Amino acid sequence: MALSTAGAITLNINGEKHTLPVDHRTTLLDALRERLGLTGTKKGCDQGQCGACTVLIDGRRAVSCLQLAVAAEGREITTIEGVADGERLHPVQQAFLDLDGYQCGYCTPGQICSAIAVIEEHAAGWPSAVTADVRPEAEAPPLTADEIRERMSGNLCRCGAYVAIVQAVARAAADTERAVGAGRAAGAEEAA
Amino acid sequence: MREFGYQRAFDVPGAVALLGAEPEARYLGGGTNLVDLMKTGVERPALLIDVRELPLDRIEATDAGGLRIGATVTNSDLAAHPEVRRRYPALAQAVLAGASGQLRNMATVGGNLLQRTRCGYFTDVAKPCNKRVPGSGCPAIEGEHRNHAILGASAHCVAVHPSDMAVALAAFDAVVTYETADGPGELPLAEFYRPVGDTPHLETVLPAGALITGIVLPPAPVAAVSRYRKVRERASYAFAIGSIAAALDVRDGVVQEVRLAFGAVASRPWRAREAERLLTGGPVGAEAFAAAADAELAAARALPDNGYKVTLMRNLVVAVLSELSELPGAPGESGTTDLSGEAAR
Amino acid sequence: MTTTTTGRLAVVGAVGTAHTRVEGRDKVTGAARYAGEIPFAELAHGWLVLSTIARGRIRSVETAPVLEMPGVLTVLHHGNAPRVDGDYTGPMGPPDPALLVFQHDRVPYAGWPVALVVAETSEQAREAAEALVVQYDEEPHDVAFSAGRPGTYTPADTPRAAAEQRKGDPVAGFAASAVVVDAEYTTPEEHHNPLEPHAAAAQWDDGRLDVVDSNQGSAFVAQELAKLFSLDPGAVRVRSENVGGAFGSKGTRPHQVLAVMAATVLHRPVRVVLTRRQMFSLVGYRSPTVQRVRLGADPDGRLRALDHEAQNLTSTQREFIERSADPARVMYDADAHHTVNRVVPLDVPTPTWMRAPGEAPGSFALECALDELAEKCGVDPIALRVRNEPAAGPVSGLPFSSRNLLACYEEGARRFGWAGRDPRPGIRREGRWLLGTGMAAASFPSGAAPSTASVTAEPDGTFTVRITAADIGTGARTALTLIAADELEVAPDRISMRIADSDFGPAMIAGGSMGTRSWAWAVTAAARDLRGQLALGGSIPPHGITARSDTAELIGALPARERHAFGAQFAEVAVDVTSGEVRVRRMLGIFAAGRIVNPLTARSQLVGGMIWGLSMALHEEAVRDEVSGGLVGADLASYHFAANADVPVVEADWVDDPDDEDPVGIKGIGEIGIVGAAAAVANAVWHATGTRHRHLPIRPDRVLLAGPGSHRQSS
Repeated sequence: MALSTAGAITLNINGEKHTLPVDHRTTLLDALRERLGLTGTKKGCDQGQCGACTVLIDGRRAVSCLQLAVAAEGREITTIEGVADGERLHPVQQAFLDLDGYQCGYCTPGQICSAIAVIEEHAAGWPSAVTADVRPEAEAPPLTADEIRERMSGNLCRCGAYVAIVQAVARAAADTERAVGAGRAAGAEEAA
Repeated sequence: MREFGYQRAFDVPGAVALLGAEPEARYLGGGTNLVDLMKTGVERPALLIDVRELPLDRIEATDAGGLRIGATVTNSDLAAHPEVRRRYPALAQAVLAGASGQLRNMATVGGNLLQRTRCGYFTDVAKPCNKRVPGSGCPAIEGEHRNHAILGASAHCVAVHPSDMAVALAAFDAVVTYETADGPGELPLAEFYRPVGDTPHLETVLPAGALITGIVLPPAPVAAVSRYRKVRERASYAFAIGSIAAALDVRDGVVQEVRLAFGAVASRPWRAREAERLLTGGPVGAEAFAAAADAELAAARALPDNGYKVTLMRNLVVAVLSELSELPGAPGESGTTDLSGEAAR
Repeated sequence: MTTTTTGRLAVVGAVGTAHTRVEGRDKVTGAARYAGEIPFAELAHGWLVLSTIARGRIRSVETAPVLEMPGVLTVLHHGNAPRVDGDYTGPMGPPDPALLVFQHDRVPYAGWPVALVVAETSEQAREAAEALVVQYDEEPHDVAFSAGRPGTYTPADTPRAAAEQRKGDPVAGFAASAVVVDAEYTTPEEHHNPLEPHAAAAQWDDGRLDVVDSNQGSAFVAQELAKLFSLDPGAVRVRSENVGGAFGSKGTRPHQVLAVMAATVLHRPVRVVLTRRQMFSLVGYRSPTVQRVRLGADPDGRLRALDHEAQNLTSTQREFIERSADPARVMYDADAHHTVNRVVPLDVPTPTWMRAPGEAPGSFALECALDELAEKCGVDPIALRVRNEPAAGPVSGLPFSSRNLLACYEEGARRFGWAGRDPRPGIRREGRWLLGTGMAAASFPSGAAPSTASVTAEPDGTFTVRITAADIGTGARTALTLIAADELEVAPDRISMRIADSDFGPAMIAGGSMGTRSWAWAVTAAARDLRGQLALGGSIPPHGITARSDTAELIGALPARERHAFGAQFAEVAVDVTSGEVRVRRMLGIFAAGRIVNPLTARSQLVGGMIWGLSMALHEEAVRDEVSGGLVGADLASYHFAANADVPVVEADWVDDPDDEDPVGIKGIGEIGIVGAAAAVANAVWHATGTRHRHLPIRPDRVLLAGPGSHRQSS
């Protein structure tokens, strides 16, 4: 059987469709960086062992170095270039900037994409490896520093910015919660 | 990485047929292990059959009172599922102890069972390895083997299976279901992995071309009080150097039922049946737990640098069973008992 | 007098206040581009092939089948590569033989570059590189490192440091000592592993060589490439705008040389990016060390004799000395004082500087030995150090430029809650965890090196600073902006800071904790000169008014002194001796490290260094396989450094310690954070368990095998 080893694919990235020819060997990470000029997503190890290439796929965080581009066709991809609201930084980005949650900046886009997902995963009630009781009857764990540390452990930072990263994620989570709370309150008022 | 074909499968028979037509094909799930191995040259498939779109992404209750977990369910969805967390908490804990949030979102249940060892000789094509190149030798035995097997290994290979999830599945008598061109089949997890012997490159007894379709967990009331504990060389995002899945049902001070499985000690998840046999019907307490662990570990054969695992596993058996035996919650009772043990801080 | 008559005074004082990074927005939005991300038209991709044997000769490189593969443009190897000139002496001495790539058929270690495949795409290059067959004539190799093994020698002194220093009579000193500690400590092979892999792209642009790189000093790399390729120094331009971590590993390395070779051969731009695995043999590492420390003291802990003998390995290619015995020459005095750094060449890659070279492993051994002495004498570890605080350089006799270590102890002890600590080990328990606390002292040399800078007053009222500085994550770009702003008496947003372009002239590298200090000096000098010119009045022409500086003379005129930053490190740990797990619960470091320019980024850098120390204490270790001579598990799943979950609250702060000789008062903070941190953790592990762990990292298997410790009270 003669197999085609390349082909044109369409990727949906940050709400835009990009059609490009790819070698099947091309990872989503390389497609972003080498073909589409979206170099905000970083290559740290290319083996799923550092988290620098983290993006959101269908709203969930994933390492783009182990995601073949051809297998990402049809899925919604969000990269660091797509998380801000125009000129207004995402609360996670703003917190990293204000609290110095980085040094060299190379792991930072992956940390930020990961943190955005962490806040959502926690809000959805997902337990973690440090959650005291994983049973659904148990109270959902608050997003403590220990919970953030564990949930962010898939993003290595060699500069050692973890302390500020945890502070930044906590602040962004609190901001998000307040925003959601305010939204809910506003919604309730409207309904009333 | 050589060039390869890619095809997306949308139904199980179609996937099986595609694989049957190309001897050098592989199924692609989350790709978290396979794509890495393709980059390092360990795997060189000619065709990838993407199975992520197959309708195998559900977790359902079985009529018998257990759970059926589809092969393409992601690790994240498995660990987040309320019935998994309620009925088999150690399974949720085991999955959460593995890899990272990103990798758990990608990795699938079927792929997790088939992941390859992380032995540093296996993953480096410049070095000999009987598992990768049969007959080339096992340098780990004379070389670096601190995280290698103490149970069930052979003179041909001392690698360990890296899965956390499979350890909990072993404790809960999971059954693997699969599909071949000749129809469906199933295998108890206990029989799924081959003994190492002189064929370490053959890892499972799955028929050629078989596609894993899911896992069936039989009902196990004992699993409601269960726990997975993992020891590793950093606090997170690292493979185990020793782990344990345990479930315990104690009434009136007598062990009614116990489940024990070890991780990172053998080429497969190691069900500690000898320890279970000794404990069942007997008393609880550190002495009984230690005696059972010793009996199980009597078969251990340590290399110069991995003998600590014998001590580690013994200590883990005592610690985790002690913790479970001291919990107020017995199977069938509800409540929010703290199953975590003490966190480090 | 508080009257302000001009608007100027209000903006003076950027230095010393917290400022977010000037490039921060680019970093959090992904807009900041690193070396491997700059687009070039017609870019080709190079992929390295490394030796699979540890010693021997290349018999053949079978290029023919690979050249037939899709997209392959060329295969460079020793049989066809352009010749380079290695006969020169650069700022760091003769060139590293590893830079003389493909110049001969010898293989001196596993992971030596043997070929470069260049193709249209990286996928094609990778597959072709994997397919390339290289035949070798293998020779026996020797990579086994141990104390005093055959081949170990004491190297020659260098202009900067003596290999061995002796004062007084050690034999008599130890004989007269009531208490003696004599212990051997080891540290393993450690790798920098910056998150950004080394990457360089080279092209010829109108007769000039243009290299986009990720390095610690673009002027140094440009100079080295010019010499290697026999080019006029002005014909080479190297830029390194953003650097994703370096830690000592990003000097001139084979990939830059190869990118230039390939671009020369192919007449088109070529980029070479190292894989994570390749980094483990191509960019240097910290040598393993074995160190014997002997301390002889009076019953009250006063030192009579100190002996620190350190040994590291190097390659057969180049001598690199990990100067682990040097901290003892600064930290503690004794009538009898002996320190030596020995080395043994083996068939391994050449080690290099890695964050706090010498001081990081050396302080582990020395500061653990001090803790052992404190235990033996029954003296508090801080009191013991205070008792042995020298008035002048213990060996040199030179005065200290400043030494505010006592203030660090005092402030650290107060904030950590050291007072009232029960010195007995193994008696605090919380569930399955034994708890303990430990401390250690830290020092790191402070220095400055000649640099040049220019500052331009632009017609629009802004200022442009140009200096070949490198911001490898240190915050140097921001710090220099604040310094320039203060010197020019304007707000920081009026400063445009342009760095990391060799065309801006020679400047110190980001290394030795000397970068920011050296560059700040040059920027300050140029800004002062410019301010003088502007004071003369007149309008600013369209091309601006530019002042230039060169600090060579100023720095050369500094008198001989002991110049160091100091610090006190504290750690609390929890140890489960039944599983072997060690968790650090908190760390505190108090530093006397000169004037702090930007507290926000300085704190990050110091905390980052302390986390390196935590990681060194518990996690980091590359394992070399004696049979193959290569590493086993050369990746980030096997080479562990601390993940987020390993890192608790880590606090860093400082005491007032301006350096009067420096125009800004800077001492340098890049390395002091790691020094002593591993010892503080190890000492805390002893306090928790009663077991001394003298071999890093303190892995679970080591804790398990050590058991609960001899001092543990029976319950």
